[in-house]
Amino acid sequence: MSEKIKNYRGEALKSADIKEGRVPTEKCRPKAKFAWSAGIAIGRFLEELKKAKIIASTCSKCGRIMVPPRIYCENCFKPTDGWKYVKDTGTINTYSVSYLAADATRLKEPILVAIIDLDGASEGMGIIHKLGEVDKEKIEFGMKVRAVWKPKEERVGSITDIKYFKPVKEETP
Amino acid sequence: MFGKKRVAIVGAGLTLFRRRLKETGKELSYEASKMALDAAGMELGDMQSVVMGTAPDAFDGVHMKGEYLADGAGAYRKPYTRVFVGGGTGVFTPLAGWWHVASGQFDSCLVVAEEKMSSCYPHPQFAFTTIFDPILERPLGMNLIWIFALEMHRYMHKHGIKKEDIARVSVKNKGNALDHPCAQLGAKITVEDVLNSEIMAWPVQRLDVSPTSDGASALVLVSEDVAKEVTDNPVWIDGAGWCIDSTHWTNRDLYYPDYVECAARMAYKMAGIKNPPKEIDVAEPYDPFDYKELHHMEGLLLCKKGEAAKLTAEGVTQRDGDLPINPSGGLLGVGNPIAAAGLMKVCEIFWQLRGEAGKRQIPGDPRTGLAQAWGDLMQYGSVIVLRR
Repeated sequence: MSEKIKNYRGEALKSADIKEGRVPTEKCRPKAKFAWSAGIAIGRFLEELKKAKIIASTCSKCGRIMVPPRIYCENCFKPTDGWKYVKDTGTINTYSVSYLAADATRLKEPILVAIIDLDGASEGMGIIHKLGEVDKEKIEFGMKVRAVWKPKEERVGSITDIKYFKPVKEETP
Repeated sequence: MFGKKRVAIVGAGLTLFRRRLKETGKELSYEASKMALDAAGMELGDMQSVVMGTAPDAFDGVHMKGEYLADGAGAYRKPYTRVFVGGGTGVFTPLAGWWHVASGQFDSCLVVAEEKMSSCYPHPQFAFTTIFDPILERPLGMNLIWIFALEMHRYMHKHGIKKEDIARVSVKNKGNALDHPCAQLGAKITVEDVLNSEIMAWPVQRLDVSPTSDGASALVLVSEDVAKEVTDNPVWIDGAGWCIDSTHWTNRDLYYPDYVECAARMAYKMAGIKNPPKEIDVAEPYDPFDYKELHHMEGLLLCKKGEAAKLTAEGVTQRDGDLPINPSGGLLGVGNPIAAAGLMKVCEIFWQLRGEAGKRQIPGDPRTGLAQAWGDLMQYGSVIVLRR
């Protein structure tokens, strides 16, 4: 019991104890590799990205237009029963200015990352992607953005066929 | 449908939480388990079943981690289960132990949670990136902190909450942890310290985040009959709730954790709690980030949506406030060995309700407490309600 226990066990080590070999360790870097099937719904989604199009799947019961698409509606628990192109424009739902790379190394130039609610999909159907051609100080919630696609010959059927989303300039009438 | 049996907690154990401990995961599991048994005045032979909670195998680089840890958790030749629901594991583990005993199948269950994150060298963060969708998310170079930054920012935007309102949570919890004998990051800091700390992924800064840690914790659960034999002051598990939301996390509005509310309502219904802010005397919501404490107070219905920051500013959530939140120091202060950190929260409520929390003891003779954990892709909630 907390008050009665006088000696909590545990012997703290410093990083240097490992680096300088002051305690015995064994090291290993696993070499496992993976090749994931994209599946039926996301497979179709990626094929459409290659054509610079974004496709959703639809459920006739709840009426949702869903991105990323799935072959089943998790709300109605029935097969989705249609495909529908949505726009490559949308609004920023939330965003972050990240100075962290995937491995937590620090970046001088931040990655701008956002959840973008796509136009033409049901409300709140967002995807995560990066932002570009925008000053990090000028990003706003609700900002209209548009996908910037890689050129046709560089598109391979990957989420990175979209380079990033950039702000839509207000059109002059 | 069989009737549920009442389940008591009669002992708790905890190791130090540190960035890097010399002990292996098995050794840490043993130390916490032994301490909990000793505290209960019981022996391993009295335990009819064992439940182990531990998070991703990738931290240890050992698959079949449950089996790897089994001997340290006293599971040898016993019914044994390892459970894992991401960050929600630490509070889900005693829930799994609860149903072992509540079902009437066992009269006792040793509940152990362990995490050794330092084995993933030099830093466990990269192991976290394997939680993301391999097709749509990982090619973007996802970092774990991004998803918290996106959620925190949405929460701030929706309610108009400022960074300094959130930073007060970090100040409070690291301060509370100064009184915790196992704490890794107890410290006296200011709101300015938080606001001036390194920007990791705006709006997340260094001092908004809990550390990575090694550590273990354990509880002894028994049936009502056994409890009467071994102690005069059992603490009862009166509410249990858990819930998962859709893995399509970019299709949800992240400003509010619906799944935590769902888990809380399940636990409150079982405990007969109608008015949580009035009936809960002390709570340990999951706080791997400072904003999460506020987010979870709201999800747990301990206050209205968007109101948690105001209560924090008014001092309501201090140990001597009307609704003490994370008197242990939480993950921000005590440390975050994932599964062990969640169970540490349940240990804290156990000690608080028994009046054994020493310098951390909240005033006012608390009778009902709550602990909660959260995990996976911002989608899992586990809630336990304890009473004495």
